[in-house]
Amino acid sequence: MHIRRRMQALATLALIAALPSIACAQQEHVPSFKQVDSIEARVQGCVTCHGQSGQGAASGYFPRIAGKPAGYLYNQLQAFRDGTRTYPPMNYLVAYLPDPYLREIAEYFAKQRPPFPATETRAVDAQVMARGEAIATRGDTAKNIPACAACHGAEFTGMEPGIPGLAGLGSTYLVGQLTRWRVGERSAAEPDCMKRVATRLSDADISAVAAWLSRRAAPKQASPESSNLVRMPFACGSQR
Amino acid sequence: MRAALRILLALMALGVIVLVAFYLRSHPGTLPQHEGAQEVNATTQTINRGEYLARAGDCVACHTEPNGRDFAGGRAMPTPFGALFVPNITPDDETGIGKWTADDFYRMMHTGVSRSGQLLYPAMPFASYTKVTREDSDAIFAYLMSVPPVKRANKPHELKFPFNKRELLVGWRTLYFKEGEYVPDPKQSAQWNRGAYLVQGLGHCSMCHTAINALGGSSESQAFEGGMIPNQNWYAPSLTSNREAGLGNWELKDIADLLQVGLSHRATTYGPMAEVVYNSLQYLSDEDVLAMAVYLKALPQRDSEPPPTSQARLVAPTVMESGRKIYEQQCAMCHGEEGKGHPPSFPPLAGNQSITMSSPVNSIRMVLNGGYAPGTRKNPRPHGMPPFAHLLNDEEVAAVITYIRVAWENSGTPVTPAQANELRPLLPN
Repeated sequence: MHIRRRMQALATLALIAALPSIACAQQEHVPSFKQVDSIEARVQGCVTCHGQSGQGAASGYFPRIAGKPAGYLYNQLQAFRDGTRTYPPMNYLVAYLPDPYLREIAEYFAKQRPPFPATETRAVDAQVMARGEAIATRGDTAKNIPACAACHGAEFTGMEPGIPGLAGLGSTYLVGQLTRWRVGERSAAEPDCMKRVATRLSDADISAVAAWLSRRAAPKQASPESSNLVRMPFACGSQR
Repeated sequence: MRAALRILLALMALGVIVLVAFYLRSHPGTLPQHEGAQEVNATTQTINRGEYLARAGDCVACHTEPNGRDFAGGRAMPTPFGALFVPNITPDDETGIGKWTADDFYRMMHTGVSRSGQLLYPAMPFASYTKVTREDSDAIFAYLMSVPPVKRANKPHELKFPFNKRELLVGWRTLYFKEGEYVPDPKQSAQWNRGAYLVQGLGHCSMCHTAINALGGSSESQAFEGGMIPNQNWYAPSLTSNREAGLGNWELKDIADLLQVGLSHRATTYGPMAEVVYNSLQYLSDEDVLAMAVYLKALPQRDSEPPPTSQARLVAPTVMESGRKIYEQQCAMCHGEEGKGHPPSFPPLAGNQSITMSSPVNSIRMVLNGGYAPGTRKNPRPHGMPPFAHLLNDEEVAAVITYIRVAWENSGTPVTPAQANELRPLLPN
């Protein structure tokens, strides 16, 4: 009896402890704003997938957009509107929105700094992690693959104005995008540097780099690096 | 002898007449060629007017590929009969309409017959454009001749047999096409007539708001009574029923705003209607939009079906409770506890005809996919609704839509999880 009661108390305590985090995670994806006439109220169309501050979905399927360079987010919104990047739910949502408004939405999410999600925990083979780390931080000279960090930043927080941060993205999303780039479903302004990189990656490379990036500890400083054309291994259309 | 010659000549003349008549019958829309056809006076004024009218006709929406050059065609238009590829209408001599004359253009607009004599498929709304005056047709032509020519060959249509046989169009035209410019109704005001001219003619509203039947035709007796838009999974509500988008009890300002701004205190446009506002109606003058509102408000109201019986409106209490909970958690923030919304930013749901009309298609689509009103000159930063397809299962979608259709004295009927499930794909399979 005694033990049972203690167990009950413990279970209740555990439940109470767990509640705020569950409620919080859900609350972050439920429409909420203070004033109707505000940009905050206007971007409610984004929150059930990307979260109130653009932190992305816990599943990793809907990407973090918070803190990515405004230029990158604007390019994506335009590409979704004009159909040059294909994802039907996004293509539909932004189909009839004019450029200045897309720019405003991009700038709003670029300014957000929500905490990074917990890193992914599913066990990954040490060799795979080593390969991922090598590609991300040093590249593979034999295959002429530059390090992700060369453009996406030492802390993978992106580079102004057009290169997205990779920190906080789920492995599902990273694998999906790299694969789509490699098969030509995703592209950027010419010269399309990401295409050059993605087409040199094997399936194993893509899994490895996505696994390593999604398990890396959150960066201390979340802002993108400033533009640095000298450091970049390739010319990139979206950096002009 | 002389008499015999006369008879022979008379017979020959008769034969020629019959032949000409036969030729004209089998080549409908052929206008008699006359010497010295008037050249279009392409002054800036005419071109500007033509640009305005081309906006009213929303030519750009179909004749431009997403992210492509204006009017260069190539856009695939899926139809129940296969895909049509919209032609290049830039003034390029080889691939566009560079060699056309104003006569050719008017004949196409007025009769649905191309310069080559080919019958046009009714995806081109010539059944509406036939109402356009010669003067307006000439202005649109002058404008099209002034846009940069783009060399881009037309893609052949990919229609299924037998719809790839243009000869069949003769039959379609007999059934569904009535040629003729708009004739003003002297019993009505100039404003009403202007509205009627724009709605019936360039606006080609009946293309969506009159049901399309299995032959791709729409019946005049059911004009503006609403229907599913083929291949888009949206329902174009009836404009004649106060139970749908009938505007009989709307303020003129709300009608005009809905058309030109994209939203009003009564309702908001999404989907295909948002596209029409974005590409076309937002550019119309206040006077023209008001004229359209006057005409639409005055459309005869005829409810094609009786209001639902109280039996049909019964909802299982558990469904109602589930719907209410979801509403309070997900919807009330923007649409309010009592469904009053924050008009015009967030539309009201209580008393909103588009929520209670018999087809729940649009409400289901909104809950699944969300939507933004179009960004227009008068509302460049619209509010938007997020998608819930990934958060709610079919039962939950059905419950919350059932709730908003019957709560707050709304007169709708419950929807089923199967109806929600059917609309999960963004585009029809």
